[in-house]
Amino acid sequence: MLEKNAILVEGAFKEYYFNRFDFIHVPVKANEREFGYQKINSGMIRHLAMKNDKELHLLLMKEIPSDVYCSNAYYSFPNLPMSEKDWKGADLIFDIDAKDLALPCRKDHTVYKCTSCNDTITGHQSECSKCGSTKFETISVSCNNCISESKKEVSKLIEILTSDLAIKREEIEVYFSGNEGFHVRITSGAYETLGSQERADLVDYIMFNGTVPETFGIKKQDASKVSLPTTDEGGWRGRIARNLFASKAKTLKITKQITSEGYSSFQLKLEEIKRTMGVRVDPKVTMDIHRIFRLEGSINSKSGLAKIQCDDLDSFDPFSQACLLGHDEVQIVANCPLPIKLKNKKYGPYYSEPVSLPKYAAVYMLCKGLGNVV
Amino acid sequence: MLKLGIKDLVKYPFLAEAGEYLRETGLGLEQLGEPDWKPILEKAYGRIVVASSGQIYSPDMERLDNDSEILSFIVAIILLKSASTGTLTRRFSLAEARRAEKYLQQDLWVQKDKKNLELPLKIIQELFGIRVSVENDEFVIKIPDYLRRSVHFHEKEWKLVNRRVADGLVYLTAHETVRLIRTELGEYINSKIQSISIGSIPESFRQRVQDLILLAKRFSDTTIVSSDYPPCIKHAIGVLERGENLPHSGRFLLATYLLARGQTVDQIAPLFKNAPDYNERVTKYQLEHISGSSGKGTKYQCPSCDKLRSENLCFATPDCDGIINPVQFGKKRKN
Repeated sequence: MLEKNAILVEGAFKEYYFNRFDFIHVPVKANEREFGYQKINSGMIRHLAMKNDKELHLLLMKEIPSDVYCSNAYYSFPNLPMSEKDWKGADLIFDIDAKDLALPCRKDHTVYKCTSCNDTITGHQSECSKCGSTKFETISVSCNNCISESKKEVSKLIEILTSDLAIKREEIEVYFSGNEGFHVRITSGAYETLGSQERADLVDYIMFNGTVPETFGIKKQDASKVSLPTTDEGGWRGRIARNLFASKAKTLKITKQITSEGYSSFQLKLEEIKRTMGVRVDPKVTMDIHRIFRLEGSINSKSGLAKIQCDDLDSFDPFSQACLLGHDEVQIVANCPLPIKLKNKKYGPYYSEPVSLPKYAAVYMLCKGLGNVV
Repeated sequence: MLKLGIKDLVKYPFLAEAGEYLRETGLGLEQLGEPDWKPILEKAYGRIVVASSGQIYSPDMERLDNDSEILSFIVAIILLKSASTGTLTRRFSLAEARRAEKYLQQDLWVQKDKKNLELPLKIIQELFGIRVSVENDEFVIKIPDYLRRSVHFHEKEWKLVNRRVADGLVYLTAHETVRLIRTELGEYINSKIQSISIGSIPESFRQRVQDLILLAKRFSDTTIVSSDYPPCIKHAIGVLERGENLPHSGRFLLATYLLARGQTVDQIAPLFKNAPDYNERVTKYQLEHISGSSGKGTKYQCPSCDKLRSENLCFATPDCDGIINPVQFGKKRKN
C-alpha cells in the first residue's frame, strides 16, 4: 500500500480503536492464547501473550495494527516458540468464505486491476487495453448475494452442529469475518481437545465428504437388496432420507428407482447431494489447531470492515453493521468501476476521479486497492 | 473398582484386580519358583511362545484351571520383564489384547444378562475413559471419543460420515466397539508390563528367561552389515554437494531416508545448504513437517524403490540385493 494511503488508513483504524475500546475484548482464557498482529506493508508478528483487555488496548494504540489475530488454541506458554508452547486444546472453528462458494454473481462484482498500470476494468479481458499487460489482480467488492449465500451455509452448519454433534445453540458464536464471509466458533468444551486429524474427519462429516453408498444401505455386490434410511433417523442418514423421500407417497416408487439404478448411480447422487447439502467450509481452517484467527472487534484490512458477532443472522447486514469507521469526509482519487453500497448508501462507480467520501467508504476503497489519497 | 469373579480375571488378567487376587492367595515369587509350580512356569512360557508366533492363546474356558490361568499370565509378565525384550513384550501384549478383545466382544453380545454387559462396559470406561451406553441393539459412544480412535483406521467405513450419528453420539456394533480399542488395549498391557518392577527372580525361572532371549533374537530379523548409504542416497547427496538442483522428490527421499536412519532435523538441514534455492527457515520448516514434529503430525516414510525408479531417482547396484525400500539397504535377513 502506498505510504500516503497507509497514513489515512492507519489514522482511521486508530480512531476506531481509540473510540471503541468497549467493543474490543480479549476472548475467554485470554492468558492461555497466542496473539499476533500485522501492520500495513509489514510481516506478521506473533507468539505474543495478552493478559487482559488493557494490554490489548495498549497494543492497539501503540502499534495501530492493520489486522489482529488470536489463537483458537490454549497453551501453557503462549508466548514461547510453537514447539514449546504446550498445546492444551483449541476452540472448534469454521470459516465460510463467499469466494469458496463459486457463485455465479462473482463475475458481476469483481474488478480486474492491471498489475503493471493499475488500470481497473470490470469483466475479464486477456490483456490490459492501456498497457498490454496480461497480469491482473482480481478484487471482489461488496455483494449482498454473496452474503446471503454465505448465511445459508452458516445456517446449514448450525443445523448439523446442533442436531448431529449435540452442540447447544448458545455455544455457537457466529461472526462476520470483516470481508465477505463468516467465522463460527464453538465454545463447548466437548470438542476442544480433538487433534488435527480428528478435526479433519469432523470437517469431512460436515462437508459430506468421502461417503459411500453402503452407508445408506446400498451394496456393491447385492445391489437388489437395498435398505435405505428412514426420514426419522438422525444425522446424514435421516437428512438424506428426507431429501430423497420429500413426498411420502412416492417412497416406494423412489426406492424401486434407486434399486434399479444401482450402486454407481447412487454414488453420483451422493456427489450431487454433497454439492447442495454439504456445508462449504474451508477445511484447512478447522483442521488447524495452531491457527491465529482474526480477533473479534478488530478491523479487517482487506476491507476496513470489522469482524463482529452477528446476534441475528437473518437480518444482519455487514455493509452497514460492520462498517464502523469514521464519517468525516476525505478526498481520494477513486478508481472503482463498480458501485459499492455501504451504510445503505451507494458509492460509485468512479473512474479515476477525485471524490469526497466519508472515511469508511474511502478506507474501503483504499483497502481494496481501488483508490489513492490525493 | 469392579467386582470381578475369577472367570473374569481369567479373561482379563491384565486388570489391577489380578494383582489383588495374587495377594489374596498369599503366594510370593519365591514360592512360584518351587518345583510344585513348574507347570505354571511352563504354561507362562507357552503363552509367550504362542503369542510370539502371532497366534492367540485361547484355552477352553470351560475346562481350564482358573488359578493356573491367572498365575501363568503373571509369571509370563515376570519372564518377559526379566528377558527385557521389547519385541516379545509387544507381541505378547498385542496377542493378549486380541484375546481379551474376543472375550469383550462375547460379553458385549450377551445382552440379556445385564451382569455380563456391565463388566465389559466398565472395563472400557475405566481403562480407556470411554463411556459406552446401550441403545436397543447398538452400542453408543460420544463423537469425540469415537474420532480419537477412528482416525487411525484407513477404511472408509470408519469415517464419521459413514457412521450412524445422532445427538452427538455414534452407533456401533459390539465388534466395532471392541475393534475401536484394540490398539489401546495392546498399549495398555504393554505399558503395564513396562511399569512393573521386579527384584530377583527364582533360579528355576532362569532357563526359560534365557530361552526367551534366544527366541527374541529370532524375531529381530535384520542385522546391520553395512553403514554405507544406498546408491540413490549417495546420488542425491552428490547432486547437492555439486550445488546442482535436486528435484523435490529427491529432497523428500533424502530427508525421509535420513530421518528413518535416526538423524535429526538439525543434522539433516545443512546438507541442503548448497541447493540453489536454499532458505534455512523454509528447509527447517519442511524437514520438521516431514518428520511429523510440526503440521498434522504425520511422519512421512521413505519412498519405495519402485517409486524411485519411476521418478528416475534409482541408481541400483548389486549391493541393493533385492531390497524394496532404501531403508533396507545394508541390512540382511538372518533366515
